[in-house]
Amino acid sequence: MIHTSKLTKTFTVKKEKIQAVKGVDIDVERGELVAFLGPNGAGKSTTLRMLTTLLAPTSGAARVAGVDVVADPAGVRSRIGYIGQGNGGGHSYRVIDELIMQGRFYGMNTTDARTRAEQLLKSLELEDLKKRTVIKLSGGQRRRMDVALGLMHSPTLLFLDEPSTGMDPQNRANLWEHIMRMRLEHGTTIVLTTHYLEEADTMSERVIVIDHGEIIADNTAGRLKSDLAGDLLAVEVSAAAAAKVRGLLGRAAAAGELEETAYDGVIRFRLRLPDGARLAPGLLKDMNDAGAPALRLELKPPTLDDVFLELTGRSLREGGKV
Amino acid sequence: MQLQQATAAGTAVRKPGLGRILQDTKYVFWREMLLVIRDPFSLIFSLVQPLVFLALFGPLLGAAVGAEAFGGESSLQWFLPGVVVMIALFGTSMTGSNLQYELMTGSYERILATPLSRSSLLIGRALKEWAPLVLQGLVIALASIPFGFVFYPLHVLFGLVVIGVFGIGLGALSYALALVTQGKEWVFWGVQQTLLFPLMILSGIMLPIEAGPRWMQVLSLFNPLTYMVNAERELFAGGLGSDTLWGVVAAVITAVVGLAVGVRVIKRSTL
Repeated sequence: MIHTSKLTKTFTVKKEKIQAVKGVDIDVERGELVAFLGPNGAGKSTTLRMLTTLLAPTSGAARVAGVDVVADPAGVRSRIGYIGQGNGGGHSYRVIDELIMQGRFYGMNTTDARTRAEQLLKSLELEDLKKRTVIKLSGGQRRRMDVALGLMHSPTLLFLDEPSTGMDPQNRANLWEHIMRMRLEHGTTIVLTTHYLEEADTMSERVIVIDHGEIIADNTAGRLKSDLAGDLLAVEVSAAAAAKVRGLLGRAAAAGELEETAYDGVIRFRLRLPDGARLAPGLLKDMNDAGAPALRLELKPPTLDDVFLELTGRSLREGGKV
Repeated sequence: MQLQQATAAGTAVRKPGLGRILQDTKYVFWREMLLVIRDPFSLIFSLVQPLVFLALFGPLLGAAVGAEAFGGESSLQWFLPGVVVMIALFGTSMTGSNLQYELMTGSYERILATPLSRSSLLIGRALKEWAPLVLQGLVIALASIPFGFVFYPLHVLFGLVVIGVFGIGLGALSYALALVTQGKEWVFWGVQQTLLFPLMILSGIMLPIEAGPRWMQVLSLFNPLTYMVNAERELFAGGLGSDTLWGVVAAVITAVVGLAVGVRVIKRSTL
């Protein structure tokens, strides 16, 4: 569905060249749900804008829905749907008018466009607002209207740029419900950008981590976490048993890194343990056999933030604000 | 075959070409017109404005400038076509200002991502600024009949078409100006106002340029608007001659230049 090779974008700001996207290679198959994850300014949106013909690549090539973006941008546009960061509805227009016009722009006739618009308004719970002007809608309602606009022509490939930014948790869940349902019913291929870790984690099957214009990881969220971060294990033992445990845990820990704190005659070890949920029981048994039983144990599965931290040395949670 | 499958259900992939541009223009124009249709009050105000101008400025003009300056016509017959050109000038040069709102939200970007042809975006929007002129022109012409204005319907209609072609060019330039001044809206207004008034005065819309000094007359020859005004004056007086021909030439050149610049500016950033 998408194939890029060495896709690059360079901006010139005050005579200084800034490489926003540095030769990325992306392949997306039909029916995939892919999230571009990265901090603000990482190049996610720039990449998306090149794929949707809104921005001309500086070099490299991209084929989207079987069409080259530079050779036939109009062909790409007629085959994809795009939901941008901003609100797509014109301020002074009525909701229903904008939806029908959007359908017309894609070559639908008025009857089909109206039927489709009514259907989308109903499923996005906007039907009572169809005659309202866009400026009178709330933020969440406008975002749902954006989704309706993007889905008017039932695209088989849909791009969403930061779809849930600024939405409250309820609206966000609601939005995802619609996207997921559409995917289930029509097998739509979906590519989105996000800087919400939880969103990339729970919603996407595949996460492409982008930082400083480069792809630094590309896999399922589960694989990324188990390969790159591993579970976080904390074990407490009595001070007397510490020496025996130190050796055992040190061998198991990722890169042999073992953190140790002491309080009230208890030693607390913390370590990254790839595939920890499977390894922990064996580790506990080894400790028991060595006569150094655990007093307390915590096992925390890794997050995508841990993955990002591992890859870049920075946290996405803090970095996202910069 | 593969392309066929990639095509969205229910929509056909549309072939490029002139027919496509015309069809897209129709959609863009219609979307813009929805603003007027849903809120017709704006149209009523736009009808009052030229009438006020005609009623308050027309008599002053007749009194201040001798009848011989108008080549023997009544001052109304001379001034009315100028007012029509002026409304078109104000209207179409503001094409970009309506775009500014859409640039600030995501609405312009959403439309750029649709398969609409780029030139249709320019033409459709410019035509929307021109469309009320058809009504305005007819209303002020009819309202002027009791005051000695002679109405030639077919000539007036043709005059409106010619000014419409000119308006497409000017509207496209205004659109391009809004795009290059994006994020600095005051620059748009600064440039638009700075260009508007010299163009208007040097075209002889308000006062006959023949009454001015030689250098102004020479400058006016390089102003496309001069040819528009002369053409409209000839047409509104029921004539059809060289002034009209030059007007058509100026209108077509303005449209071609405007669209070329406009499409270039749109494509400067997007594909």
